[in-house]
Amino acid sequence: MNGVSGLEFFWWAVIPYVAIAVFVVGHIWRYRYDQFGWTTRSTELQEKQWLRWGGPIFHYATFLAIGGHVIGILVPASWTKAIGISEPVYRWFSATAGTIAVVGILVGIAILAGRRIFIARVRATTSPVDWFILVLLLIEVVFGMAMTTGVNLLGAGYNYRTTVSVWFRSLFAGNPNVHAIVGAPVLYQVHVSLAWLIIAAWPFTRLVHAWSAPVWYMWRPFVVYRSRRATRPNEPGTSGRRWRRIGAHY
Amino acid sequence: MRIMAQVCMVMNLDKCIGCHTCTVTCKQTWTNRPGTEYVYFNNVETKPGLGYPARYEDQERWNGGWTLGKKGRLKLKAGSRLKKLASIFCNPDLPTIEDYHEPFSYDYARLITAPAGTKSPSVSTRSALTGREMNPTWGANWEDDLAGAPARALEDPNIVALPEGAAEKVRLDFESVFMFYLPRICEHCLNPSCVASCPSGAMYKREEDGIVLVDQDRCRGWRFCVSGCPYKKVYFNHRTGKAEKCTFCFPRIEAGMPTVCSETCVGRLRYLGLMLYDADKVLDAAATTDATDLYEAQLGVFLDPDDPTVAAEAERQGIPHDWLAAARRSPTYALIARHKVALPLHPEYRTMPMVWYIPPLSPVADVTAAAGYDDTAENVFAAIDALRIPVEYLANLFTAGDAGPVRLSLRRLAMVRTVMRAHQLGTHPGVDPAEVGLSEDAASDLFRLLAIARYEDRYVVPPAHAEDAGRLLAQHDLSGCSLEGEGGPGMGGEGSDTEAVPGFHLQRLDSADASVAGRDPKGRLHLRISEHPASGSVGLAGAGGAP
Repeated sequence: MNGVSGLEFFWWAVIPYVAIAVFVVGHIWRYRYDQFGWTTRSTELQEKQWLRWGGPIFHYATFLAIGGHVIGILVPASWTKAIGISEPVYRWFSATAGTIAVVGILVGIAILAGRRIFIARVRATTSPVDWFILVLLLIEVVFGMAMTTGVNLLGAGYNYRTTVSVWFRSLFAGNPNVHAIVGAPVLYQVHVSLAWLIIAAWPFTRLVHAWSAPVWYMWRPFVVYRSRRATRPNEPGTSGRRWRRIGAHY
Repeated sequence: MRIMAQVCMVMNLDKCIGCHTCTVTCKQTWTNRPGTEYVYFNNVETKPGLGYPARYEDQERWNGGWTLGKKGRLKLKAGSRLKKLASIFCNPDLPTIEDYHEPFSYDYARLITAPAGTKSPSVSTRSALTGREMNPTWGANWEDDLAGAPARALEDPNIVALPEGAAEKVRLDFESVFMFYLPRICEHCLNPSCVASCPSGAMYKREEDGIVLVDQDRCRGWRFCVSGCPYKKVYFNHRTGKAEKCTFCFPRIEAGMPTVCSETCVGRLRYLGLMLYDADKVLDAAATTDATDLYEAQLGVFLDPDDPTVAAEAERQGIPHDWLAAARRSPTYALIARHKVALPLHPEYRTMPMVWYIPPLSPVADVTAAAGYDDTAENVFAAIDALRIPVEYLANLFTAGDAGPVRLSLRRLAMVRTVMRAHQLGTHPGVDPAEVGLSEDAASDLFRLLAIARYEDRYVVPPAHAEDAGRLLAQHDLSGCSLEGEGGPGMGGEGSDTEAVPGFHLQRLDSADASVAGRDPKGRLHLRISEHPASGSVGLAGAGGAP
């Protein structure tokens, strides 16, 4: 690739694919071999006063942040322009919503990390990998705040959608546009690099519980029956269970 | 009519001496592991009292079980599915460890590591959660024999729910206090609210025998089963982050043996047997408008195994012949449906519980004896009615407040005592069992069940039919498509000829002895876990998609 050093190519075109590969293979491995360890590892039993605030604030703010990333990175700037949203309007919107999200996440992390540090019962359940991912998330969010609030809301602004987003989408097209990212501010580059670390670490931490979000509980029959004949054998990842709508005739 | 079979337990509270042997043996069998220190699949509570966890019966606080919506439809008391998912990051109805108790052990090492000195070293309590010193303030058996009752027992939700006058009387007459023990396990309900509350669908009710289990591999630790169960008999393992619950000792039940709590019950107060019920009627019964009608409604769900049409239909629907035979001999069916002396625990939770209780006559009989009366039926009848407190208190426990069924049950128990005493003494009883709706035969059958029933009469548990599971397991061992092994159904054959998987169950040494009692000719019971490689592991609380 012209004008791109070997290190830049490695950093922006090799590491992302390695991280994605670790992410995918790691999840498949963990799902197949560690169903028993696949859990939220809730500590609500041990402590509830702090969790009552920290848990919902952190999670809902995170959903907001994830939604913002989907819009900012996956949706090309040309699309939003096509429906009549100009760059300043977009930047104002994303910086405001992003600031709300990042403040929520930071408050949430402060409460949740606080209970892990100060409440002995919760601290006792916290493993080193929990600290690792929690600190990593905290650093990542601080950088996110510097960009969203510092650069885009209060500062001069930076249109990452013409650089970072272009490069990110090009990864999935199989033709990494390294030029697009090498010109981005260091702040953005560090944020993105940490993100790959989080993605690679994801399957080996408690973050896997995100994929078990029980959304389909909304449509499930209430009472689940299983019969011996129907469920054995049960390959990991496949389901032999038979749902029955509550009250339905069999 | 969809006929299903369920293993069911009845406990005769008159016989419970509160020795906690059931609790101890259950704990040694199932929950003697880190993470389950505070977990009691079986516990024994002193009533009146707060129970374990404290005030678990107060559903206005914990929102367990079901309730009726505006249109009279059944819904979870904790709220809609959407509300639950929205509050998944902190379940407002979940008890904390303080409501159970912070588990602790003692710092025994101190006894030998203490520095030399003139004072004897003493050990202190150490929290199992943090390892720090702690001061226990509550526990599973904190209120044993009414300990602390003057301070807290009046908070018992069953007392709080008493009518104005009766509640006052409890307070005023506390010197003439009454108490009894209430052993509790999971109710293995016909309409389990824990299963309905589980967002992951990890909890299930087994079609064959109705046992409710948690699939440890599918549980994701969302905790709604714990709060959804009004009896608080699903627990959260704080080490594994997964829910665990009473398994009804399914490996033993499958082998035709009684549960550990039943097997080791010193007072021989537990009965195990099958109940046949019409699964299509369960929801309508659970949605009965008036809570006091729920007891009768649940009786209406049960099917009479002696009814030829029921038996024929059950066979047609695939219930094994020996299971039907066991259902006819079922002591639980006799106590619940035939003689109506056993009552459900808190039917108002609308879960259709399947562990029933014979209410205690002893507190009533004690009072008559103390007053100088013989506890003949007439005197006891008078006492039952005079002592409105126990009867109404019992009614709050067993019939959603309707004293009628409790009174009838107690009268029948008193009648059996009087009639049998007269028989023994060769005198005339002076009362007629028909007064309480019992025939002579029914009275003697009730006497047989309550007083002299032997092991094989108290525990009528037919072994599970594992033939099909064995066939499927054998297929599981083949590589590739399990149906296309040599001679498999996919290749025109009839599948593996494995009839049963050795070691799938706990086995008796004398496997030729197929009697339900499970004892060898010398009367001893043998347990052996086979090491057959195809057996898989007997997991905890249904680990790995239990059989």
